[in-house]
Amino acid sequence: MEYVNAFLVGGSICVIGQIIINKTKLTPANVLVLFVTLGAVLTAIGIYEPLVEFGGAGATVPIPGFGYSLVKGTFKAVKSDGILGAFTGGLTATAGGVTAAVFFGYLMAILFNPKTKP
Amino acid sequence: MAIKKIGSQTIKLFNPPSIISTSTIVGPKEGDGPLSKYFDTILQDDLYGEDSWEKAESKFIEEAVKSALSKVRLNLSDMDYLIGGDLLNQLMSTSFAARSLQIPFFGIYGACSNSTEAMSLAAMLIDGGYADKIATTASSHFSSAERQYRFPLESGNQRPLTSQWTVTGAGTTILSSNGEGPYITHVTTGKVVDFGIKDAANMGAAMAPSAVDTIKTHLNDTGFKPEDYDIIITGDLGILGHEIAMEMLEKEGYNMSNVFKDCGIEIFDNERQDTHCGGSGCASSAVVFSGYLYEQLKAKKINKILLVATGALLSPTSSLQGESIPSIAHAVTIESKLRN
Amino acid sequence: MSKNQANRNKSYEKYVNSKVPKPNILKNCLWAFFVGGIICTIGQVVHNLIESIYKYTHLDTSNITTLVMIFLGAFLTGIGVYDIIGKKAGAGSLIPITGFANSIVAPAMEFKREGYVMGVAAKMFSLAGPVLVYGISTSVIIGILYYIF
Repeated sequence: MEYVNAFLVGGSICVIGQIIINKTKLTPANVLVLFVTLGAVLTAIGIYEPLVEFGGAGATVPIPGFGYSLVKGTFKAVKSDGILGAFTGGLTATAGGVTAAVFFGYLMAILFNPKTKP
Repeated sequence: MAIKKIGSQTIKLFNPPSIISTSTIVGPKEGDGPLSKYFDTILQDDLYGEDSWEKAESKFIEEAVKSALSKVRLNLSDMDYLIGGDLLNQLMSTSFAARSLQIPFFGIYGACSNSTEAMSLAAMLIDGGYADKIATTASSHFSSAERQYRFPLESGNQRPLTSQWTVTGAGTTILSSNGEGPYITHVTTGKVVDFGIKDAANMGAAMAPSAVDTIKTHLNDTGFKPEDYDIIITGDLGILGHEIAMEMLEKEGYNMSNVFKDCGIEIFDNERQDTHCGGSGCASSAVVFSGYLYEQLKAKKINKILLVATGALLSPTSSLQGESIPSIAHAVTIESKLRN
Repeated sequence: MSKNQANRNKSYEKYVNSKVPKPNILKNCLWAFFVGGIICTIGQVVHNLIESIYKYTHLDTSNITTLVMIFLGAFLTGIGVYDIIGKKAGAGSLIPITGFANSIVAPAMEFKREGYVMGVAAKMFSLAGPVLVYGISTSVIIGILYYIF
């Protein structure tokens, strides 16, 4: 059941993205920015958390999940450290992901070369 | 006094220069297309043994010029000028090719209209008595254009349905003051036209009005009718742009249906090769002319064509700043034999 | 620009829009749904595997899942598979975190010939940088608001 929920929630988030791409002139970069910001705002107003509880990876793997982690970490840090937490909490919670993106990104770029599209 | 000028934007050449030789070099996708048998060299590796796409494109130009010259047993030193351009910043590939070719060089930029812009200037220089032999080039490379104008190759994005596929290749022509044709007889230089299209993924629609403007002006200036031509062929309007240009011309009362074609549509099998709206790039008109059309003219299967290469004069900067796309089209009349 | 030109441009735009081929949104959405769904399900499988083998907290497990997914996205981009998936799947492979990894690796690879500092390292964040800028800035603003109220 967990897997079905992840599939449904993840798939639906992607469909929303696809409709935005096809219906507007937004570029992929714009859509990613929009979604991460939406994820952060929806978490702040308490809408994203239930989605994560229901969908699991279906809600955390898509890019709004990154916004979710940022805001959740920020809330936790603000509770324990006060205003400083607003500046440390987000990246502390997502440190693994960001570092992985930098490191694996660099590694793959060194190992492989781009190929012309057929 | 401009005694050779007729009408508002056209020149009738007194001593029409002859296109004595051409050469083409294309990438694997173009070589897989319907015109493959007309190309001189079809590469299996579009890096051409180089370590960057830009250097590969540069080598295309170099090799195409050398091969066109060797067909008529001429040397680089016989050339008075080299005129050419590509799509890259500061004409990287053409400049680098000119560095090794060592022919006096005029680098030009008219985006994908480079091929006829170069032929126009070369024809006028020869007719004016300033040169006897000139080589013109135009080139583009899918991978070097993508990284400058669009997305990295491995980026997992969907190409919009209006987008066109940049042709990988280079085409070159050798013009001479004497020869047995085909001859460049008329040159119509386009004005920059902008109908406010901002979508860089829809260059056909952005360029169609400029092609219409130049074709109309050419027909008015010369008094020719569309049916005087065997083919009126645009450079890279693609499927959508071609349809728009056709409708615009017919609305103005020109019956184009039998003669109007587009190099970007001819070069690929759109259904099978999945290009969306067809080919684009400087090489589109350059290789289709230097390969396919030149051979047809030589064999006298067709006798008179109007080649109208179209250029979208946008840059990555202008797109980001939200500017519309200025476009230009340059036309040259090429005839297999002289009439008078 | 004169008024005539503005009118001409407006009617031309309208005319062009009527001619532009329309994407098959239903088909695109189905692709996005299935590919997006499958990527998230793989994420869930990874998550459950880690949870059953190691004794991490739920939050740490989520973090490790993210690491694994980013690795997968980066690797598939490197071997030239992700752009083929993306061509069909569209948002289905763009929106998951694997697409974020793709947006980092693709420009980094592409600009290797411009050197390892100003090429690979500088271009790496040309697409992903904005995501970090907006994500982090939003979270800071939300954090400050949360502190005040």
